[in-house]
Parts: sequence; C-alpha cells; structure tokens
Amino acid sequence: MPDFLNVDAINVAHGDIQALWDVSLEVGQGEIVALIGPNGAGKTTLMRAIAGLHPLKSGTVLLRDKALHALPAHRIVEQGVIMVPEGRRLFGGLTVMDNLELGAYSKRAREVRANTLELVFELFPLLAERRTQRANTMSGGQQQMLAVGRALMGVPKLLMLDEPSLGLGPLVVENIFETVRQMNQQGVTIFLVEQNARQALELAHRAYILEQGRIVGTGLGDELLRDDRVQQAYLGICPAPEE
Amino acid sequence: MQSFMQTLVFGIFAGAIYGIAAMGLALVFGVLKILNIAHGELVMLGGYVGFWAFSTLGWDPFLSLIIVIPAIFIVGLILDRIVYRHIVRQLGEEKIKNSLLVSFGLGLVLQNLAQALFTGDERSVQVSYAGEGLNIYGVLLPWTRLATLGIVLIVTLALHFFLRKTYPGKAILATAEDYESAELAGINIGRVYMMTFALGAALAAIAGQFVTFTYSLAPSIGMTWTLKAMIVIVLAGTGSILGALPAGLLLGVVEAMAGAYLAQTYKEVAGLVIFLFVLIVRPQGLFVRK
Repeated sequence: MPDFLNVDAINVAHGDIQALWDVSLEVGQGEIVALIGPNGAGKTTLMRAIAGLHPLKSGTVLLRDKALHALPAHRIVEQGVIMVPEGRRLFGGLTVMDNLELGAYSKRAREVRANTLELVFELFPLLAERRTQRANTMSGGQQQMLAVGRALMGVPKLLMLDEPSLGLGPLVVENIFETVRQMNQQGVTIFLVEQNARQALELAHRAYILEQGRIVGTGLGDELLRDDRVQQAYLGICPAPEE
Repeated sequence: MQSFMQTLVFGIFAGAIYGIAAMGLALVFGVLKILNIAHGELVMLGGYVGFWAFSTLGWDPFLSLIIVIPAIFIVGLILDRIVYRHIVRQLGEEKIKNSLLVSFGLGLVLQNLAQALFTGDERSVQVSYAGEGLNIYGVLLPWTRLATLGIVLIVTLALHFFLRKTYPGKAILATAEDYESAELAGINIGRVYMMTFALGAALAAIAGQFVTFTYSLAPSIGMTWTLKAMIVIVLAGTGSILGALPAGLLLGVVEAMAGAYLAQTYKEVAGLVIFLFVLIVRPQGLFVRK
C-alpha cells in the first residue's frame, strides 16, 4: 500500500464553482504516477492544491505523516514536494544560472547546492553551456529543461510535472520523458499530469483518470493502455467493428 | 538670469532627488504590484527624522542618514505587517482598488499624525556650509548638492548590485516576475514583500532627508512627492526600477529649463507635458529593455 503521498477526499473550489470533488489518490515512494483526463477536468487544480498554491475546502494531503495542506507553498517545497508548473514559468529576465540558484532557495536545498548543480549539469549539459544566457531567450525545449533543472535544484523527494510536453515537438517530448525516467531510477518519485495520455501511460507505473473534478478510474499504466474505454476517450482508438 | 549650464546643473541636482524618491515607489510597484499613494508621506517622515536629528542633536544632514534610513525602514516593516500584507495577496481588480484606497487613506493618516506631532510649520535644515561649493567657469556646484548627487549614485549602484548579484536580491526580482514560480522555488514571498516595502520606504526617507536642506518640510508635502515619483516611473517605464534615476534626472532638467526659459509657473506643467507625451508616444517608458 502506498504510504508516501496521500491525498484524501479533497474538495477545491474556484470562487463559487467547485473544481474537485472528494478526490483521493496515493503515490508510493519510487513510483511514477500519471494523472490523465480531458481539458478542464481539474488536473492542474489538483496539482496546485497539493503544492499549496490553491487552498482546500476540505480534505487532507499528507506526505508520510506530515500534513502538507496546513503549510504555505514555500514550506511544502522545504518538505521536498516540488512542482514544475504548466508552461514552464521561468524567471525570464534572469539568467539560466540565476534560475537554477533560485530553485535551491529552500534551506534544505541550499546546503547541498553545489553538488546538485553538478548533477543537473550532468543531466542537461546544455544548461551548463548557457548559464549566462537569459532564460526567455531560449527555445521552448531548452526552457523545459531549465524548468525541470530548476525543480531538481530543490532536491525533490516528490517531483510534480504539470503538462511537461505542452507546446513541444515530439523529439523534445521524448527527451523530457526519458529524463523523467532517469530521475525516477535515481530515486525521485514522480507525479505527472499529462494530456498526452499515451506517452504518460507508457511511462507511468500507475495512473488515475480525472473527469469533471472526480477520479473515475485507476489502474496500472499498461492495463489502462489496453482498456477499451481509455482507448476510445484518450488514445483515439475506435473499437474494432463487430463481425 | 542664470546661464544655461547653471540651469542644467541645478536641474540635474533636483532630478537626483526625484530619482531616488521614484526608485522606492518603482521597487514597491514592481514587486508588490501596488501603487503606494502614501509613498510621499514616507518621504515626509524621513525628512522629519532628519530634521529632528539636526535640530536636537545638531547632526549634519548627511551624517543623520545613518538613523533616517533604519528608522523609516522599520516604519516600512511595520506598515507592511499591519496594512499592506493584507492587500498584496488580493487579486485583480480588488487588489487595484483596495491598494489605491488604503494607501491614499494611510497617506492622510500619516499626514495628520505629522501635523499633530510636529505642527504644520514649515521646517528646513540650514547647514553652515550651505552657500559654499565649487565654482567652475561661473557654474556654481554647492557642496550639499554635489553630496546629494553622489549619494544618489552610490545608492543606485548599491541597489543594482543587491538585486542582480545577491541571493535575497534575486529572490526579489524572481517574485516580481512570477510570484507563484517564486513560491514553487521555495521563496517565502510574504517575507520578500515585507523587505521590499521596507526598502522602498528607506529610499523614500533618503529623498526626504535631501528635501530638508534643498527645499522645505511640512506635513503636507507628501502628495507632491508621490505625484513626482509617479511621473518619473511612467517616464522610466513601469517595471524598470533603476531606470528611475535617468528618468528623475530628465524630469529635473525639463522642469529647470521650463522654469528658466518659459516662466517659473510653467515648471510643474512641463513635467506633466512630457509625462503625457511619453504615455502617448512610448507608453512602455524610456528606460525599459527589449
């Protein structure tokens, strides 16, 4: 039974409109868990709620025994739960190096900053070459690398990626997903929100399906890939005509 | 009538004070996204701290910066905790309306408080070396004005270094660019807002100290300085913090020229005319990159 991240019956609203209804999910240590679902289902809201950017109406978010829902966002980062937001959201006017340094702002990460920086440069040699370049002058793929690199600088125990493939070419996406797999093999637990359901399910050990603010299904990644309903709704595969 | 060079030089000296006053407003506006109407009242309060240091302790106005700056920095910390903290996290229209109303109201409170404590009398600081200075080919450069310009340049460079090269400074710039990303990087943005507001207040206080011996001080001067600083940050381009210095110098020179070559009464108008001109022709401001 996963005992790492426990999201239990959370309700979240945007003003008067309820976005998440009694959502529960679990992520075990060392897992890659994907969350798939259509546009507007509340995937990003769920991730933002875990990261502390959006208040809960009710429910709990626990990392082991620590209640994350009671903490402000920067204290959640201190606990090792780090989110890469949708659309990268880099500090565009600052340099690559500044972005990476700021990623290690929390006390826990700052102490090991020099070591982490070496690891990030090993993973993304390009960032080392471009350390003095301003972030907003890089290409989309390079910016995504920097966004992931910045998150890694925070020494995540749980890395949350919101739509990492958005707006990127297929080769770059392949590259990013391969990096995610590598990071996972190095012991980082991954929680991934993706519209690109096929690639997400191929990568993930387990997945949840979110529709209209409710979890409507869950299973192992390859199980869901073969599931008729998932194939129709998310993978664009029509059922074989009956003979 | 004074020479063109003399007018230019006095314009630059006046502009240095505009520049530093506006830099504080620009910093708070750029990071907290609040237009602090009470900024001029912080200029006024800084001036009073310097005035009392001069009149009771006999401190030179440049020396007393060492108490003016921390005193108003602390006032800034307190005002952030009891007032601005509550507005800064609001969103959209609510934040715009509330920040204008609350800071306008706070300005009135501070003005009346100063009136009650210090009376409405005009005060100024007269140093013993007031009329002295350099005389270069007939252009007079008073020591007080030269020192003012020097301090403004040093403070601007120091602020630039702080924001671009230090960890807490970069956290301020990061929060200004995207406060949610800053939170996700582990930055305590509530603390960034507090320190930034106090820093803005300290910059206002430095300007206030210069006001005590360049112009005169009264509880009611605040709004004038808020308006001057607003004109300067529009000239510089909102979001450009250090651009406030060249924009301030420009406003100082334009006002001085208009005062000398049109009529003294056109001095204030000239500032507003270039303000409108820039808004129409180059609304992003004169000193913005990109």
